[in-house]
Amino acid sequence: MTRQIAVVAFAQSDHRRTTDELSEVEMLMPVLHEVLARTGLRTADIGFTCSGSSDYLAGRAFSFTMTLDGVGAWPPISESHVEMDGAFALYEAWSKLLTGDADTALVYAYGKSSPGSLRDVLTRQLDPYYLAPLWPDSVALAALQAQALIDAGDTDEPALAAIGARSRAAATANPHAQLRGPVPQGDHLVRPLRTGDCPPIGDGAAAVILAAGDRARQLCARPAWIRGLDHRIEPHSLGARDLTDSPSARLAAEQAGAFERPVDTAELHAPFSSQEVVLRKALRLGEEVVVNPSGGALAANPVMAAGLIRIGEAAARIHRGACDRALAHATSGPCLQQNLVAVLEGDPR
Amino acid sequence: MSKEPVAVVGIGQSKHAAARRDVSLAGLVREAAQRAVDDAELSWADIDAVVIGKAPDFFEGVMMPELYLADALGAVGKPVLRVHTAGSVGGSTALVAANLVAARLHGTVLTVAFEKQSESNAMWGLSLPIPFQQPLLAGAGGFFAPHVRAYMRRSGAPDTVGALVAHKDRRNALKNPYAHLHEHDITLEKVMAAPMLWDPVRYSETCPSSDGACAMVLTDRAGAARAPRPPAWLLGGAMRSEPTLFAGKDFVSPRAGRDCAADVYRQAGITDPRRDIDAVEMYVPFSWYEPMWLENLGFAEEGEGWKLTEAGVTALDGDLPVNMSGGVLSTNPIGASGMLRFAEAALQVRGQAGEHQVPGARKVLGHAYGGGSQFFAMWLVGAEPPER
Repeated sequence: MTRQIAVVAFAQSDHRRTTDELSEVEMLMPVLHEVLARTGLRTADIGFTCSGSSDYLAGRAFSFTMTLDGVGAWPPISESHVEMDGAFALYEAWSKLLTGDADTALVYAYGKSSPGSLRDVLTRQLDPYYLAPLWPDSVALAALQAQALIDAGDTDEPALAAIGARSRAAATANPHAQLRGPVPQGDHLVRPLRTGDCPPIGDGAAAVILAAGDRARQLCARPAWIRGLDHRIEPHSLGARDLTDSPSARLAAEQAGAFERPVDTAELHAPFSSQEVVLRKALRLGEEVVVNPSGGALAANPVMAAGLIRIGEAAARIHRGACDRALAHATSGPCLQQNLVAVLEGDPR
Repeated sequence: MSKEPVAVVGIGQSKHAAARRDVSLAGLVREAAQRAVDDAELSWADIDAVVIGKAPDFFEGVMMPELYLADALGAVGKPVLRVHTAGSVGGSTALVAANLVAARLHGTVLTVAFEKQSESNAMWGLSLPIPFQQPLLAGAGGFFAPHVRAYMRRSGAPDTVGALVAHKDRRNALKNPYAHLHEHDITLEKVMAAPMLWDPVRYSETCPSSDGACAMVLTDRAGAARAPRPPAWLLGGAMRSEPTLFAGKDFVSPRAGRDCAADVYRQAGITDPRRDIDAVEMYVPFSWYEPMWLENLGFAEEGEGWKLTEAGVTALDGDLPVNMSGGVLSTNPIGASGMLRFAEAALQVRGQAGEHQVPGARKVLGHAYGGGSQFFAMWLVGAEPPER
């Protein structure tokens, strides 16, 4: 019998274009306090801690050592860090809880994109010999993908605009979102993508608490049980991939059991409107599924935390009884190279 | 539900050098990974997941390089995790990979760690100026030298002990064909005559800057049963972290290190590490850290570690050999250095350590640390599977 692990609490910062007055620790601290307060746990009660962040955003080596101060790792804690989105830190924490070594885990992630030029910074993620020297930026690569979708007849510019509009309309109910309500579709940023198709650039942090079995029931009235969790990667070279499809997202969803029963809600980490088209197809999400009720990454996209936020948002809907079975997705790399899928469920009401 | 036992069935490492200009980043990791897969007599298709680790991305100038390395690691269509826990990362990475097997998420996992430090200057990569923060001196040596000095004062150790460690480790490295430094003409006099770099750490007592990679194949009981060579069994593994700086922090013997070792010993049923453990491969980037860690890990009483070193107990033919491979003092691709320690421990209990084999090694500890003596990762491996 496999151990059942649940998301029992979620907290996030208000995502903002700049947070010049805050260090990473100062941005993260209130979120950590909030997520702990939701369960009544203290740092010393947590069995395992895992975080996700990037030195390239922070502009310094070992940047995660600063935010460890925000956790208060004294007496010493069992702790790890991934140089990935926090959703992957959650995966590591989940595997740790599955072994029985710990009953609770704190997972957090943060990113400040505002100090640099994010489009330039993300080019450093590409093949350093053949691609990075050309500095193709993240919007340009997403535009290649969007054009491939249009050429394949999968979408068109008005349909993409509708995804942006729907996301920001949904975000009016999300006090943490950076872009809310009517947002002009704007001019082409990189054809065929207009500014409205692109995510806001901003700073933010998020945290989740996981707990196993009865511990989860003690800490949360309606835990969001992780029924399945998996992630897969694709080739790095865009030329080796069909950009209109996401076989890695589909495989992760299969492995996570997403197709065994329909979900009522999906939180997709689709920073560009066109990527929602790819993911809806790969994850077989019909019109009846509520997609990104939080507004998704088109409303707030704090890099390194945005994927974890999808899991947190889906879990929070289960906590408050607005959803029974949700799919949460996180992505990393150019044009959805790497994808993670979690399937979350609440106990029957 | 008990954990699935974890076995190391494949080990590989690259040739380490100051600059591996003959290979790309992908070529470097592939070299180690291919050797690990070959050692296990498996194919790439047998690998279910990949866990990769390295230290700061600034060292190579590639942000999250695992995205680009997915193809070289045969990871397309598989899960890839990228760990970064500072200098301890090579050890942490192996432990994260082991967890995937222990949790029965995957049967066979490839774990890889690397650093290609010739792509940049590691010392200055560690010393980037941060607005509104105190500059952290020049490189790691400047940070650690005062703590070595504190140890010397606290323990009353004679100031020759550091040179003894460096001399021993560099001589051990002569038996390890993969080691970066092969100083065939090394003598204790030469070690002691080297220029002082960060008092009391001489140039000869500090680690080199290396390009290198290490890889291991970890598997479950069924995988171990199919293994062509004796597996190394994971008997205990743990990570511990504490903050970089705080009032009352003991930099000489950090509590996170002691707690981490205690957790590993508890899991492995070790009551007297000095008696129960046959050899130790520990993270010693500056010579004096050997006696310091001997105490922190419970192999000697406080203030007594240097006596083991001085008496030759930690020599390759001593009673408790330490850093049989030549250690970090002879090879230091930072991101891989922790995994090289873990891999050497596994090689020893498998009886596959070649000229630096400790005869009859049955239980060996691998140790890694990082940051400001604040991140610790350790595993104890044995020739026999865990009792459970």
